[in-house]
Amino acid sequence: MHELGITQNIVAIVSEAANGRKVRRVTLEIGELSGVMADAVAFCFDVVAQGTVLEGAELDIRSIRGRARCSDCGAEFDMTALYTPCACGSRHLERLQGEELNIKTMELEEAA
Amino acid sequence: MALNLVSSPGAGKTTLLERTIKDMKDALPLFVLEGDQATANDGLRIRAAGAPAVQVNTGTGCHLEADMVARGLDQLSPTPDSVVMIENVGNLVCPAMFDLGEHAKVAILSVTEGDDKPLKYPHMFRAADLVLINKIDLLPHVDFDVAAAVRHALDVNPRVNALTVSARTGEGLGDWYAWLKTRRLAAGSRAGARNDPGSGDAIAEGGRS
Repeated sequence: MHELGITQNIVAIVSEAANGRKVRRVTLEIGELSGVMADAVAFCFDVVAQGTVLEGAELDIRSIRGRARCSDCGAEFDMTALYTPCACGSRHLERLQGEELNIKTMELEEAA
Repeated sequence: MALNLVSSPGAGKTTLLERTIKDMKDALPLFVLEGDQATANDGLRIRAAGAPAVQVNTGTGCHLEADMVARGLDQLSPTPDSVVMIENVGNLVCPAMFDLGEHAKVAILSVTEGDDKPLKYPHMFRAADLVLINKIDLLPHVDFDVAAAVRHALDVNPRVNALTVSARTGEGLGDWYAWLKTRRLAAGSRAGARNDPGSGDAIAEGGRS
């Protein structure tokens, strides 16, 4: 349910940065552990973009898998859930990636 | 200092605030932002307990967002050295992901819920700085395992602190008040460093963070 609000904020940020120019494509990075559902953002995007400079823009969402480094044994591993422990049993982890929500790039139409 | 209070509906956020206001109003200036989908009931309860409160209704929204808090704060006008309690919408999912500008999130888990809630809602318990296990006066009547709940909270968040309290009887609230005072001092000294006109670097640092 919160993806609607997040998508509204994404559209507002991109609109502001586009400064009146039409947006052709937006690329987002969404971490698998961020709690943001990429499908739900995609579902909301077309509706939220209506009537803005993003209307009709292509949405490209890149998923980032969860990675962590164990603070006890130093091993790096994939995290599939927020509380995946290290193989050594430790839960003291440094999260390396997977919690992102980034507006990575935007493509604008050339100024007339 | 601002705190973001989160829990499922009915865990006792408003009762905890009422009790905290009554016990602490001479020691800590408290201001409350009350988030609910509808009604002004909680705002009225807080004002009756003796603290200024502004009710923010989210309508269909399932959580508070920073711009709603900003508008609420304009109305609330908290004094500089006060503690602002933001009572979020009762929901263990969405409020975990929205930064309201708070210094810390306090998650309230009541013993009438399952002790595995931290595992079921890991985002919330991972975002929390403190877990208050509330309604411990009801422990003789329910199957809640306090040690298991704390263990599950630590599984998702090894740095989290947990306290057991009853907002109804007052049991354990001394530890909660001590935590509040400690955090307020820490927040105050950071704010002081930012506002010190002699340390230009600290001002720039604060502006960026």
